[in-house]
Amino acid sequence: MTVSIHKKLQNEKIEFTLLLEAIYHKYGYDFRHYSVAHIRRRIQRRLTLDGIESISALQHRLLNDETFFFQTVFHDLSINVTEMFRDPSFYLAVRQKVVPILATYPFIKVWHAGCATGEEIYSMAILLKEEGLFDRLQLYGTDFNDLVLEKAKEGIVSIRSVKEYTSNYQLGGGTQSFSDYYTARYSHALLEPELKEKILFANHNLVADQVFGEMQMIVCRNVLIYFDQELQNRVIDLFYHSLCRGGILCLGAKESLRLSEQENKFNRLLPGEQIYQKGYGTD
Amino acid sequence: MGQTETDSGNGKATGKYEAVVIGVSYGGLKALENILPIISSDFPAPIMVVQHQDPLADDFLAKHLNRLSQVQVKVAEEKEKAVAGVVYLAPANYHLLVEDNHTLSLSIDEKVNFARPAIDVLFESGADAWQARLIGVILTGANHDGSQGLQRIKKLGGLAIVQDPQTAQAQAMPESALAATEVDYVLQLGEIGYFLNDIIGTGTFNDQ
Ligand SMILES: C[S@@+](CC[C@H](N)C(=O)[O-])C[C@H]1O[C@@H](n2cnc3c(N)ncnc32)[C@H](O)[C@@H]1O
Repeated sequence: MTVSIHKKLQNEKIEFTLLLEAIYHKYGYDFRHYSVAHIRRRIQRRLTLDGIESISALQHRLLNDETFFFQTVFHDLSINVTEMFRDPSFYLAVRQKVVPILATYPFIKVWHAGCATGEEIYSMAILLKEEGLFDRLQLYGTDFNDLVLEKAKEGIVSIRSVKEYTSNYQLGGGTQSFSDYYTARYSHALLEPELKEKILFANHNLVADQVFGEMQMIVCRNVLIYFDQELQNRVIDLFYHSLCRGGILCLGAKESLRLSEQENKFNRLLPGEQIYQKGYGTD
Repeated sequence: MGQTETDSGNGKATGKYEAVVIGVSYGGLKALENILPIISSDFPAPIMVVQHQDPLADDFLAKHLNRLSQVQVKVAEEKEKAVAGVVYLAPANYHLLVEDNHTLSLSIDEKVNFARPAIDVLFESGADAWQARLIGVILTGANHDGSQGLQRIKKLGGLAIVQDPQTAQAQAMPESALAATEVDYVLQLGEIGYFLNDIIGTGTFNDQ
C-alpha cells in the first residue's frame, strides 16, 4: 500500500520540526520560532536544487557536513535580500520627523539589526550626513550571518542596481546627486569610503544575544516578518531595553507593534510609517 | 494539519472547503471586479488573492474592490489571522504565505517566476495549511505563475478552478495552469463568483 499524500505531508511536517531541532543542537542556531511557512519553503527549494530526496536526508547531510550547513543551508534560511533606500517614503519620514529628534543629542548611536549586506545602513549614513549629523554619529550594523557582514564591510553594490537606487534616493528626499556617493568599477559601484568610517559591523544574533548598548535609534527592517509572534515580542523587548528614553525604533513597512505586547510602551511617530518612539518616562 | 481526518483508516476525508486562494496577473483589475462583488456577505471562508502589480503600488486596488464588495477587502497584514468573509490582497513587493495556524506571513524573499508577490508562493503554502479544504482559482495573466501552486493544491486533494482562457484578457496563465493540472472546473469569468458562493456553502469534497 502506498502512503497517502496527506500522511506524507504530515510526516514531512514532523521531519521539518526535527530538522530545526537538529540545527539547534548541532550548530546553536535557533530557527524554531521562525515563520514555518517561510522556512519550509526555503528547505523545499534546497531539496529541489540539490536533488535531495527527503528532509531527513538533508538533516543527515547537514549534521555530518559543517561546510554544507554554513555555506548553503544557513544561507538559505537567512534571507539576505536588501536594497538601498528601500521604501523611499520611510527615508523621507526619517529626514522630516526623526532627524530633528536625533539632532537634540550630543552624540548619536544608531543600530541596524539584521543589516544583511549593508545597503540599508549605507543609505542611512548618506541621509544623516546630508542632514548634518555625521560628526556626532556612530552606526552599528549587525547580522547573525558572517558572510553577509564580510560583504557589508566592503561597501560595494552591484552596478545593475544603481539606477534603481538613484531613483529611490531621490524619492527619499536626497539633497545631492546619488553619484556623489559611489565610484563605478566594472560591474560594481564602490561606495564612498568616508561613509564606512562611521559604521562598525559586528555579529549579533537577535534570538540568542543580549542588549546592545544604549541607542538613540534602532532600525530593524524586514527581519521580524520572518519570526513568529512570540519571537517578535522577545526581540521588540530587546530593542526596548537597548534604546534610550525617547529613542526611535524603525521597523519595515509591513511590520508593526500592532500585535505586540510592548505596543503601549512606544508612541507611533507618524501615520503611514512604522516609526515609533520609546516613552520618556520609563526604562 | 491536525484538523483533517484524512489519515484515519481508509484515507478518505470529507468536509467543507475552508479557504480560497486566487491568482491573477494581467487584466486582474477587471477580473476581480467581476468576482469579488458577487461574493456574499456571509461567505464562510477567507479568500487570499495574489495580483501581480507594480512594486510601488499603494492600496488603491484593495480600497477600490472594498467599495464594490459586500465582503471586506483589505491588504494582508503581517501575522494576522485569515478569517471568514474577508478578502486579503498580497501587498505590492511582498510574497504572501499562509502558516499552518492560518495566520498570514509576508516575505521579501527573492522573486518567483519573476514576480513578488508570486501566486505559487501563496498557493503552495496555502495547500500545506488547508490541504483538501482549499480551493485554488487561476485567472487571466500573461505568464506561468500559479501553475505549480495549483498542482500542489490538487495533489493534496483541494479543488482547482481555472478561468476559461477564451474569456481571459491574457490566456497564457490559465492555459499554463490547464496544461499542468487536472483541473476540476473551467469557468467563464462571470460564473466564478456565483460558483464560489455555492460550493463553499454546500459543496463537500470527498478525497480519495
Ligand atoms: C531580508 S534581510 C533585511 C535586510 C535589511 N534590513 C533590509 O530591510 O533591506 C533580513 C536579514 O536578517 C538577518 N537575520 C535573520 N535572523 C536573524 C537573527 N536571529 N539575528 C540577526 N540577524 C538575523 C538575515 O541574515 C538577513 O540578513
